[in-house]
Amino acid sequence: MATVTAQFPTSTRELAADLTGIAGKRRTKNIVMTALMALAVILVGFVLLLVLITVVTKGWSIVSGSFPMWFTKDIRLSARRPGPGMKAAIIGTVVITVMATLIAVPLGILGAVYLNEYGRTRPFAQVLRFLTNVMAGVPSIVMGLFIYVFWVVPRGIHGLNGFSGALALACLMLPIVVRSSEEMLRLVPQNLRDASYALGGSTSRTTVRVVLPSAAPGVISGCLLAIARAAGETAPLIFTIGAAKATNWNVFKGTNTSLSMQIYGNAKESFVTAQERAWGAALTLIALAFLFTVLARVLSARLARTR
Amino acid sequence: MTTTPADLSDLRPRRQIIDRLFKGSTLAAGALILLILALIAYTITGKSLPVFRAEGVDFFTERRWAPTKEIYGALSFIYGTAVTALLAVVISVPVSLGIALFTTQVAPPKLKKWLVSLTDLVAVVPSVVFGLWGIIFLAPKLAGTYKHVSAWFDGWPILGHVFGRTGAGRTFMTAGLILAVMITPIITSIAREVIETTPQTDRDGALALGATRWEMITGAVLPHSMTGIVGAVMLGLGRAMGETIAVALVIGSSPTITANLFSSGDSLPSVIAFQWGEATTDIKRSALIAMGLTLFVITIVVNLTATAVVNRATKRVQGT
Repeated sequence: MATVTAQFPTSTRELAADLTGIAGKRRTKNIVMTALMALAVILVGFVLLLVLITVVTKGWSIVSGSFPMWFTKDIRLSARRPGPGMKAAIIGTVVITVMATLIAVPLGILGAVYLNEYGRTRPFAQVLRFLTNVMAGVPSIVMGLFIYVFWVVPRGIHGLNGFSGALALACLMLPIVVRSSEEMLRLVPQNLRDASYALGGSTSRTTVRVVLPSAAPGVISGCLLAIARAAGETAPLIFTIGAAKATNWNVFKGTNTSLSMQIYGNAKESFVTAQERAWGAALTLIALAFLFTVLARVLSARLARTR
Repeated sequence: MTTTPADLSDLRPRRQIIDRLFKGSTLAAGALILLILALIAYTITGKSLPVFRAEGVDFFTERRWAPTKEIYGALSFIYGTAVTALLAVVISVPVSLGIALFTTQVAPPKLKKWLVSLTDLVAVVPSVVFGLWGIIFLAPKLAGTYKHVSAWFDGWPILGHVFGRTGAGRTFMTAGLILAVMITPIITSIAREVIETTPQTDRDGALALGATRWEMITGAVLPHSMTGIVGAVMLGLGRAMGETIAVALVIGSSPTITANLFSSGDSLPSVIAFQWGEATTDIKRSALIAMGLTLFVITIVVNLTATAVVNRATKRVQGT
């Protein structure tokens, strides 16, 4: 019996002490968990900063050390020999990405228009929406294999060119463009459409003159993000563009190269000269990707303000 | 004046035709997605057949990969894909959840904008750049760390095997770490969106009952968003399994099945990228394409499950 009574606090002072004890524990737990959450943020920020600083410091020495030549000379034939030259890869990245954009962006926006303006809740539109998600999850290397089997093999040795690479990148971009554009079209208020219909506008006219212009900032910034992602892709290009060291402006003919392919190829080499080139190409590629991202932000902010 | 009605009647069919053409082209663009997916499945399966004919089911159960002896087994690559992707998820989930919770529940609005940009920025870095950083900067540094850790755990019952002896820097673990960084933005952004759907009244209610912020998170926010977070994690898993170049550079490219995470290994996408240049025979190309097919099927299953989970979560939330 004595033990049972001993479990209860005998005075109010003891009770108060107990309560602050619990409150202190709870408060400590709260503080510790909040600190852990902040730590997660700091950790990722630290890793990102570390990657960026390494790329910038290592890349800057070769890019600036051979300033104009980095952008004007073709790539060295031997990985062992030092020296600059990434023009072929820069041009390759630009022409292949532009080609992929010309294919994927119009198709993607049209697809989004179908989903949001015509299909809406119809079963076929629901199926397409679902398949867009499926396609967005297909690994980029599978897209490369697909274009290789479907497009490159039937054309034999001439199949390896910038256009084949652009097709593979376009396959990657398409679901991203469709998804982000549809989301933006959905945000356009219905009464804008109704107003256009009331004035006698057809669905096509309403879409082109009213809906798309008012969704433009979001649609464009979504597309730019898709482009930035495609420009950095390597895996689909391994099977489709072949290997080149000289500048090739022609997307439709002849093998090509890209910054991402040069980083991949040079990173595998054990020569310091090759690794230097990889860092330089990485800096160039990151600068391009960030440029597009910043452009996307600025453009969507400006377009949103003028409206 | 008499021409006006004629003009109008002329105008109407033309406008109708334009309208129909426009609708048709949007429909065609939408249907293209269906077509492409069907073509991927059809063409890749077709090119995989030679190796399936030669190896049969052994393709999936054979652990040896010896193209010179015409032995093509995908098991060690499937194992490597699973191990690295799971490692990445295990490492990334607490970090991603921490960032998502900090961004939505703790950070003031101004800081919140910056934090969203921070995670977006990680997503902008191309995977080949992570690979380059991993192979030249990170892997040599980690090789020493791995030695220390394995010496520490030497002789322990299970951990002694998991953190086994090593001399390599390019390992399952390195690949898992790089992948963890790469999938963090995906998991974080979806988790953030899901968490933000928690009704303000639920959070206020918890706080009014005297809960601390952490108790509010565990009592109101997490139960509400759990299904969506599971979906987010699965999408991250799917992405990690399909990631090619970064893994190809840091995994070490030697097909092995071992419990030792500090050992070099290989994964499905990595072997396809790495050996494509050397694959000159039709049967070896077929074997690599068959691995692509395997990857395609696995990622689709994972992604479909994830989408179903996320959809059910959002529907339940919107329904109530």
